[in-house]
Amino acid sequence: MPSADRLAKLFLIPLGAFVLAFFLLPMVRLVAVAGSGPNGLAEYLVLITNPRHFGTLIATLLLSATATLATLAIGVVVALFLGRNRFPGQKALIAMLTLPLAFPGVVVGFMIILLAGRQGLIGSISQSLGMGRMVFAYSMAGLFAGYVYFSLPRVMVTLLAAVEKLDPSLEEAARSLGASRAQVLRDVILPGIGPSLMASGAIAFATAMGAFGTAFTLATRIDVLAMTIYTEFTLSANFASAAALSIALGLITWGVLALTRNFAGDRVAAAG
Amino acid sequence: MTDTPAPTGAAITLSGCGKTFPDGTCALEPLDLQITPGETIVLLGPSGCGKTTTLRIIAGLESPDAGGKVLFDGQDVTQLPIEKRNVGMVFQSYALFPNMSVIENVAYGLRVRGVAKKERLARAAEVLEMMRIDQLAERRIDQLSGGQRQRVALARALAVRPRVILLDEPLTALDAALRDHLRAEIDGLLRRLAITAIYVTHDQAEALALGDRIVVMRHGAIAQIGSPRDIYFRPADDFVASFVGVTNRLEGAVRGGRFETAAGSIAVAGPDRATASLAFRPETAVLCGAGDSGLRFRVEQVHFQGARQRVQLGAADGGRLVVEAAADAVLVVGDDVGLVLDPARFVLV
Amino acid sequence: MQRSPLVFALQLLVTLLAAAFLVVPAAQSILAGLTVNYFQGLRSGLTLDWVAQVWGLYAPTILRSILLALATLGVTLLIGVPAGWALARKPGRLSRLVEEVVTLPVAIPGLALALGLILAYGGIREFRASVAFILVGHVLYTLPFMLRSVMAVLAAIDVRTLEEGAASLGASPWQRFIQVVVPNARPGILAGSLMVVTLSIGEFNLTWMLHTPLTQTLPVGLADSYASMRLEIASAYTLVFFLMIVPLLIAIQIMGGEKRAKKRK
Repeated sequence: MPSADRLAKLFLIPLGAFVLAFFLLPMVRLVAVAGSGPNGLAEYLVLITNPRHFGTLIATLLLSATATLATLAIGVVVALFLGRNRFPGQKALIAMLTLPLAFPGVVVGFMIILLAGRQGLIGSISQSLGMGRMVFAYSMAGLFAGYVYFSLPRVMVTLLAAVEKLDPSLEEAARSLGASRAQVLRDVILPGIGPSLMASGAIAFATAMGAFGTAFTLATRIDVLAMTIYTEFTLSANFASAAALSIALGLITWGVLALTRNFAGDRVAAAG
Repeated sequence: MTDTPAPTGAAITLSGCGKTFPDGTCALEPLDLQITPGETIVLLGPSGCGKTTTLRIIAGLESPDAGGKVLFDGQDVTQLPIEKRNVGMVFQSYALFPNMSVIENVAYGLRVRGVAKKERLARAAEVLEMMRIDQLAERRIDQLSGGQRQRVALARALAVRPRVILLDEPLTALDAALRDHLRAEIDGLLRRLAITAIYVTHDQAEALALGDRIVVMRHGAIAQIGSPRDIYFRPADDFVASFVGVTNRLEGAVRGGRFETAAGSIAVAGPDRATASLAFRPETAVLCGAGDSGLRFRVEQVHFQGARQRVQLGAADGGRLVVEAAADAVLVVGDDVGLVLDPARFVLV
Repeated sequence: MQRSPLVFALQLLVTLLAAAFLVVPAAQSILAGLTVNYFQGLRSGLTLDWVAQVWGLYAPTILRSILLALATLGVTLLIGVPAGWALARKPGRLSRLVEEVVTLPVAIPGLALALGLILAYGGIREFRASVAFILVGHVLYTLPFMLRSVMAVLAAIDVRTLEEGAASLGASPWQRFIQVVVPNARPGILAGSLMVVTLSIGEFNLTWMLHTPLTQTLPVGLADSYASMRLEIASAYTLVFFLMIVPLLIAIQIMGGEKRAKKRK
């Protein structure tokens, strides 16, 4: 079908033009600006040479990693529970757990304020229990809670699909061979949902690394990479630094996603 | 493992084992069953008849309703979960662990029993050799064909030297030619190992070929227990008769020691009955000349099948029969023929 | 099945706690947006005053977000559906590479994308100050979802055979695209559209950098209200956002559920 081939090529032109003009060109510009500051190409190393930025990088990595691990741990328990039991109200429960799927980071930040802010629910409960007012929304702990809130619905949906796809007779086979519950979990269930675990974990980690809205709502003073880029750009007008940090951040998130996709394939329910 | 059958299998007793699921559906009415050591018993029936539930109760994957008991060698194992029962199980989907190689799958049961790595791999290799799949040891599961998977699943179940092996429709996922081949292989293996085996299938040919005894099930209850020959030639009721192979049926009445039907009459034993039906298998009837027997039919269709011919006959009242004839018999559609029945191989119901 | 009641109870507890963690604050914010005084609680009575005030303060941002989402949808449909077909026709290394590049904006933080756009086009005053600047960002971010959705459905229905059938009946390539490809890709286009609108309405990371005081969108307004308004107004505004986004989410879930049900058959 030669003329269909021509039509297909024609159809790719708008896509190509858009991506070239509004993605590739800006990215080239970003790279150029990063190298054009007073430090020249050394600006690229700012993330490592500048102790403050380096500290921020480590803090962001640690925060994102722990939030991801916590999300995965909760997600596995919830997915196994919902995937292996049938009870009335289950559909409603799943709907509730997936509803925050499209809450943007700003809104998630507000949710954390309502939960753990100065007038938050947790504070009221801890106060009435005589433990004093617990307020942690405006700190790293708040950000941690926010990242878990943001990623939990997506991780859970992905893992639930994986658990439901897992042949229940695999579990029964392991048990028939004498495996204990812990052995079944280690040898059958976790390897079975492993690819989904990795893929959804990578997305959770990448979104946490780049998350801006949550940090922005909770407090502008928390030192995470996204906030540093924002302040470098808008407050200090330090374009070269901001660009270099953005590139580093983009490389980290893209690298993590590409790496796990190589291992695990595309298994995540619509990322956002 | 040796070639001389040792009485390694367990005797299994089910007493009063029923199963009602939480949503109220009764999958199994309370059932009693005795299985002798080393016996191969086949649970046969259509889907939803309770055969898989029975197997899962024996396995320990389901617990029977209150009052039901499962005994292995006289010992009550009802409360014992599957991982404590030392049973081998082969699943319809094979349930091979995709994250382990063939030999790791086969050695897994030994691994969870704490057998040292060297020994368990040696024992797994031994089982693979017995199944003649030792060349597959290092393969990944997704590199195996259906028949190979089936063998690996069987090897894995046997590697732990179970007291009983449970097979849940193990051949259903395979194509017909492979099925016959593996069926013969499984039969030989089970006899050689003298292990108690419980085999679930909905395929009557498989059941007849494999079982020492067959348990035909229907609607969560046992319809008949017996040897393959009993089940085939002396079905207890209409359901068993029609489920186990093609059955011919003549409707009529018994009067004065003769069964009378539209096609004629033949001598039978038993008292008079106003309505009766006579059931027999296609291959038990012999065709003869139209005047040589009390039963007379018209040839409606003839299918040449190589070794045999399959012949469809019509009676005067519109009833139809299927019988077999020798390949060289000359049969012409529209001709009348007679039919001779062996009194030992039909049943009056 | 025989399971330990302790394990079951622990799993149930974790599940319920997770559900509470996700749902309670959302419920709190809905309630706060409807009570006269949140700190006094429900005793102070229910009111729609806060919602009305939000409308007075932020109506332009809400309308702008709706229009922006529809415009984003329009552009992604125009670019994404034809390109999705073109890429799905010949699954090869080239189309894999194109798909890879086009999907990159999802893997890169919005902050970096926005910075690139500002550095490249910030100098063009009219463009920088217009909603079109934000539109470009939203299309960049949502296009991969439309593309993937269309490609997935085309891969699933073997559109090639349908096209060849239409060609054998004399349909031109253009007719085949309009009359065979698009109607058969409809489930994918619909799913992609819902995703695009949902993401566009909630997009903040890019938009915060790209907006000007005259081109604020709903999430930008939300951030503003969280920072500077009393809790009831912030909550009422969040409530308005929920009202817009939750029906879209439910529609996406229903579509996903149907797809799964079909697959099972």
